[in-house]
Amino acid sequence: MPADGGIGAATPRREDVRFLTGAGNYTDDINMRGQAYVAFLRSDVAHGKLKKVDTGAAAAMPGVIRIFTGEDFEGVGGIPCGWQVTDRHGEPMQEPPQPVLAQGKVRHIGDRIAAVVAESLEQARNAAEAIVVEIEDLPAVVDMKKALEPDATKVHDDLKNNLCYDWVFGSDDAAIEGAFSKAAHVTTLELVNQRLVANPMEPRVAIGDYASHSDESTLYTTSQNPHMIRLLMGAFVLGIPEHKLRVVAPDVGGGFGTKIFHYAEEAFCTFAAKALHRPVKWTSSRSEAFISDAQGRDHVTKIELALDAENNFIGLRTDTLANMGAYLMTVAPAVPTYLHGTLMAGCYRTPAVQVNVRAVFTNTVPVDAYRGAGRPEATYQLERLIDKAARELGADPIALRRQNFVTEFPYTTPVAVQYDTGNYHGTMDVLEKIADIAGFEKRRKDSEARGKLRGFGINCYIEACGLAPSHLVGQLGGRAGFYESATVRVNATGGLVVMTGSHSHGQGHETSFPQVVADMLGIDPSMIELVHGDTSKIPMGMGTYGSRSLSVGGSAIYRATEKIIAKAKKIAAHLMEASEADVELKDGQFSVAGTDKSVAWGDVTLAAYVPHNYPLEDIEPGLEETAFYDPSNFTYPAGAYACEVEVDPDTGKVEIMSFAAADDFGNIINPMIVDGQVHGGIGQGIGQALLENCVYDETGQLLSASFMDYAMPRADDVPFYAVDHSSQTPCTHNPLGVKGCGEAGAIGSPPAVVNAVVDALQSGGHKVDHIDMPVSPARVWAAMNNA
Amino acid sequence: MSQIHVTATINGDETEFLCDPTETLLDVLRDHLDLTGSKEGCGSGDCGACSIILDGRLVCSCLVLAAEAEGRSVETIEGMAEGDKLHPLQEKFIEHAALQCGICTPGILVAAKNLLERNPNPSEEEVRYWLAGNLCRCTGYDKIIRAVMDTAAEMRGAA
Repeated sequence: MPADGGIGAATPRREDVRFLTGAGNYTDDINMRGQAYVAFLRSDVAHGKLKKVDTGAAAAMPGVIRIFTGEDFEGVGGIPCGWQVTDRHGEPMQEPPQPVLAQGKVRHIGDRIAAVVAESLEQARNAAEAIVVEIEDLPAVVDMKKALEPDATKVHDDLKNNLCYDWVFGSDDAAIEGAFSKAAHVTTLELVNQRLVANPMEPRVAIGDYASHSDESTLYTTSQNPHMIRLLMGAFVLGIPEHKLRVVAPDVGGGFGTKIFHYAEEAFCTFAAKALHRPVKWTSSRSEAFISDAQGRDHVTKIELALDAENNFIGLRTDTLANMGAYLMTVAPAVPTYLHGTLMAGCYRTPAVQVNVRAVFTNTVPVDAYRGAGRPEATYQLERLIDKAARELGADPIALRRQNFVTEFPYTTPVAVQYDTGNYHGTMDVLEKIADIAGFEKRRKDSEARGKLRGFGINCYIEACGLAPSHLVGQLGGRAGFYESATVRVNATGGLVVMTGSHSHGQGHETSFPQVVADMLGIDPSMIELVHGDTSKIPMGMGTYGSRSLSVGGSAIYRATEKIIAKAKKIAAHLMEASEADVELKDGQFSVAGTDKSVAWGDVTLAAYVPHNYPLEDIEPGLEETAFYDPSNFTYPAGAYACEVEVDPDTGKVEIMSFAAADDFGNIINPMIVDGQVHGGIGQGIGQALLENCVYDETGQLLSASFMDYAMPRADDVPFYAVDHSSQTPCTHNPLGVKGCGEAGAIGSPPAVVNAVVDALQSGGHKVDHIDMPVSPARVWAAMNNA
Repeated sequence: MSQIHVTATINGDETEFLCDPTETLLDVLRDHLDLTGSKEGCGSGDCGACSIILDGRLVCSCLVLAAEAEGRSVETIEGMAEGDKLHPLQEKFIEHAALQCGICTPGILVAAKNLLERNPNPSEEEVRYWLAGNLCRCTGYDKIIRAVMDTAAEMRGAA
């Protein structure tokens, strides 16, 4: 039984009262005295030469303060990419510049041509419309295969072609050829992991501010990682030293990856505030978000599985085209490579695995990490393929998976990662119970009696979280460290402030992180306040993405708290005139083993700041410690998901009848928060499987640029979810034994849904092997009637 | 452009403001009256983050001109709790952890309150359909639906 409010307790979220009463402080809720407003003029063609940008008439319009164009940013750095991938020949990827405002060319719908700063937003927008732009249209490169043809138009004139890199990873050619040459059966599948738009419900906002008396710039921004923005923007774009640049990410309304990246709009507002000596605010409209937020996924893959005569997996190879869009965003090159190829072994002990990825530039909005980032793509391919193999072999899809599970740990895959621990049979056992798999055939008959086709889909995922061991990331081309930081400041009267480099934008850190500290100290969590999101208040931290906050950020807090306890014990030993080795801390009370001597937590904290009776010759006054935690490995959450659908054979409409998720996240700090993270991921995964699709036409126009055209999952599209995280194999290398739960739902759910739809159609006698997502009524109906 | 003088009752208080003819009620609430709980998630009435009650009717305040509020009653998220006493929906949302980032939450609460005033005993399907106009990207809706149904049950019991 967990301590009150400690590790394992379903503590209500303390941040909720401010959100529930409308008192949250999001970036767009901030208004600065004297602020001016920004409107960007964005390209309405996907590819073209900028012949003329005439701002004369627009600049004379009411309220216009200044109009900036690409010329104002000559000599200013471009938006940097944070990861360099080395290709199969040992050459660095092709890395084009991304100017803050377009210089010479526009390369996607929404590319920034000019920015108007005006007294009001309406004036800024009106003036932006009045700028006269002449663009010489160039052929738009939209389709990835066509982009790689020898005579394709180049997105970037200075690059050799539209290939960012051609990357091969895992087993060598001989091992792969050997496996496929001796295979008793080979299953092949070609599929599309469609482009998505993350669409956090809060659009991006940036406010630049500048204090001339101190030459200090401040950026308020909707970011998942304020320190990373400070470093990228300060050092690489604007040349502002970090001690003169503060980045604040206050309450942030969802991120899902798309608020990791450093965006040109942030740099623009910071730049313009300094140029104009006024606060400058930009708030993205939803339409603007569709054409300026980095988008997600967009892989086209051919995958092949070789099996021996006993249905053992003996080889796996993939060939993927990954769309980068027009520019490289912050971690874009890593998503189809190190966040995707490294997970291709899945939960299975396939001895030979080889992954080939070609990343391609196109005249589309840039693509980067979206919830799961590479791991949903890996899981989807593999788990669709295994389902197809089971069908071809007449094998039970669960039995085929179980037969090939990794069962001994640590396990080093052919794609370079080492799973430290796991129990894939364990999560499958849980799933079989919570999904009531035994009762499926009866439910199928009930559906059939109502004229519906019922299908059951299974999926086993593994992911790598807790980014990441810095030395490893460095070897793989990452241009940053991926530690996390924490400072624990104990006040004289015993309360604590914990400052974390992680950022909370829905994950509930303000509740769960104090639970860790409270548990370690044996005090009430209400004595602990969490501070995050402001570079002027927190130690240099790397932020929140890749389900890393608890496993890396939480571990930093753990380490800092250990230092606090060690020092506090020294102080307590002095106060009790005892040996430090004999001092114990329990329930906020220090005592000496085997005696009745004790001092309270508050006595020790007061002594630290009022050191009248204090071992000053041995230790400094004060009680504040900082830790930087760099993990030694990734963490490997894994699980088994099941989905049941009903398909209406007359319309092709798919209804999700039930969804069950059995996850192994290692130890759990707050089960209620974990449930919510899984629910949200499943909701997004169902969205991808059934509804969402980001579509460009052949000229590069975005056809799905509003909520009327881009179908987001709504409350009536999804069921209640059965989630269970009782199968726990604690992580072996971080002090909390935690693995991360933020992305699992989005990774695990799409293959379960599509597998269920295919199963439903097969049960109706339709020879349908595969339907690309989103599995819309039109696609299902076409598959049923053409197959 | 001359401004329009508007008098409306906002969360029970008679309130006067000046607005441009083109300004939405959401603009005025957020930018003039400092009632920033209502959010703009799309500006086109598709996401529900700006939901308010206008004369008892659930509307998207991004689709209402501020001048249209003349003489009418406006209820926003800021008027939902009575001082420190949270509305039962707010209490249940905490109990179920039915929110994450919080940006859509004010709109969902306003919409759910309006539902329970019309239908104190909604089915799961009715709750899902009523809230289908409110997008939430964080929660997958599970706990939201449970919290609303749980609130309804509790309010029926208390009544």
